[in-house]
Amino acid sequence: MSAAITSTVKARVPSAPPAIQAENPWLEAARMFMRNKSAVVGLLVLLAVVIGSVLMPYIYPTDPFEIAAAPMTPPFIEPDVWLGTDYLGRDVLNMLLFGGRVTLLVGAVAALLSVTIGVTLGALAGFYEGHWFSSLLSRITEFFQVLPALLFAMVVTSLFSPTLVTVTIAIGIVSWTATARLTRAEFLRLRNIDYVRAERAIGAKNGRIIWQVILPNALPPLIVSATLAIGTAILFEAGLSFLGLSDPNQMSWGLMIGSSRAYVLTNWWAVTFPGLAIFILVLAISLIGDGLNDAFNPKLRER
Amino acid sequence: MKSLIFKLLNGLVLVLAVVVLNFVLIHAAPGDPVETIAGESGGMSEELRTQLRTQYGLDQPLPVQLGRYLGKVVQGDLGYSYYFNMPVSSLILERLAPTLLLVVVSVLLAFSVGTWLGVRASRNPNGWLSQFTTVFSIAGFSAPVFWTGMMLIILFASVWPVLPVGDMTDSASTATGWAALPDVLLHTILPATTLAFVYMAQYSRLSRASMVDVLGSDYVRTARAKGVSERNILYRHALRNAVLPVITVLGLQFGNVLAGAVLVETVFNWPGLGRLAFDSVLRRDYPTVLGILLFSSILVVVMNVLTDLVYRMVDPRIKTS
Repeated sequence: MSAAITSTVKARVPSAPPAIQAENPWLEAARMFMRNKSAVVGLLVLLAVVIGSVLMPYIYPTDPFEIAAAPMTPPFIEPDVWLGTDYLGRDVLNMLLFGGRVTLLVGAVAALLSVTIGVTLGALAGFYEGHWFSSLLSRITEFFQVLPALLFAMVVTSLFSPTLVTVTIAIGIVSWTATARLTRAEFLRLRNIDYVRAERAIGAKNGRIIWQVILPNALPPLIVSATLAIGTAILFEAGLSFLGLSDPNQMSWGLMIGSSRAYVLTNWWAVTFPGLAIFILVLAISLIGDGLNDAFNPKLRER
Repeated sequence: MKSLIFKLLNGLVLVLAVVVLNFVLIHAAPGDPVETIAGESGGMSEELRTQLRTQYGLDQPLPVQLGRYLGKVVQGDLGYSYYFNMPVSSLILERLAPTLLLVVVSVLLAFSVGTWLGVRASRNPNGWLSQFTTVFSIAGFSAPVFWTGMMLIILFASVWPVLPVGDMTDSASTATGWAALPDVLLHTILPATTLAFVYMAQYSRLSRASMVDVLGSDYVRTARAKGVSERNILYRHALRNAVLPVITVLGLQFGNVLAGAVLVETVFNWPGLGRLAFDSVLRRDYPTVLGILLFSSILVVVMNVLTDLVYRMVDPRIKTS
């Protein structure tokens, strides 16, 4: 029925002059991004780490906790344990390859959780600004800003058994406030803009306006912020497992550094390499975030 | 003034909420402190357990315990540390000075060097110093702070042994009071530098970005036109306006110092609040943990209000918001 109507409507319209085709802003942004050398390098590094972490256990199926050679074998000497061994004799390279999985997984899921909470609460707070519901949401956000994030996450993981799930949730629920504030600001900016008024005028429901009209237009800064959130979550996870407050049965880069801490001077490679791995991974993610930021805001590029 | 009082009251409610949430969380979790104490002293009779529970008020229902705790907190009594067997408030005060020393030195270092770097870089947005500032700030954000600290330890312990790499004083030193200051300051250099890296990264980037903005504005052009010296333009006209975002971040971070302090103090064996927080979480010494959580959230609120005040001093146009 409706199809029939549209077709008749279409038929009645005289052939319109060819409209000037505006370029898809996402394509434009993608092109800008690919022109940014450091961002592309970051993307390649991230892809390499992801592929390596996902595939490695199939290519190189060993237990990262297994003793591989004499304790504290220095790196670049034995081809079997090319990056050396730690104080227990575990293969540093093997631990690195397995540790990347946990680091990436916890970082990505925690960031996803934090972005979901932040975007949802921020969007509602911005859209319903002026309503009591919005002030309630703002108070909740303020509460989580006042709550000392790392300390609270430490308490949560020590109270409940430190598994990957607890750690991920703990990181997610303490780190969403920045995203919420950003989303709220974007919604405040966009909620009275012309196309949103137009939607209201034709009687669109609030749910549709929030998630299908305003959110897509608020996405660019949120994508940048979500990218950086992954980096922050990885650093957070690394800190927690360095302190020994993460799952001791899951090898991660932070855990490697934490467990070899006492041997930092005699066994420097067991501390240096995992830290370098975290550094490079977060650096890659930051470069991607920077590249996205430039791609979405061409005006800022002169900066 | 009115908004300031509102902010303080609002902050007070938030602090209260933090304490209540953590109190309930800790007490709702399986296991109680008496079990921990019993475990540490290697077994304990049932009688003594009951006696201890009564002594700590753990036999009461949760709301009563919470009410008692809050009543005491209002009077400045944060309870008793199970581990140290001393009042939590004195414990916190004792550990506060080392943390403040560490944090103040590192923030001052980061703020001055970071802002200077940002201002210099902004004069030529495509110059090498600008590029360096950008790379430096991304790197500073990406390096885990505890790892940076350990790299400095390796560097200064085995490669170039000129600085102490841990503790707050030399164990051989017998100096006390002001005489110990040079030794303490020497020990502060590495931990403070480690912590400063993180802050510096943000300050240099922020101040560079907002200086570039401000330097393109009309009043700077006017100042140039009437022949104000470049130095005056940069530091008196532009920086005053460009420094606002930096102050925001500074205030936010100063409130959250404990996060960085926990990691850096652990790496450098620094006897501050962060170390105490970490040790107390591991020991399940929850009165101490609660006390530090309370203290730290008060610090955030106070720093927010102070940031507001500084804002108004720097930019008198800001009245409310």
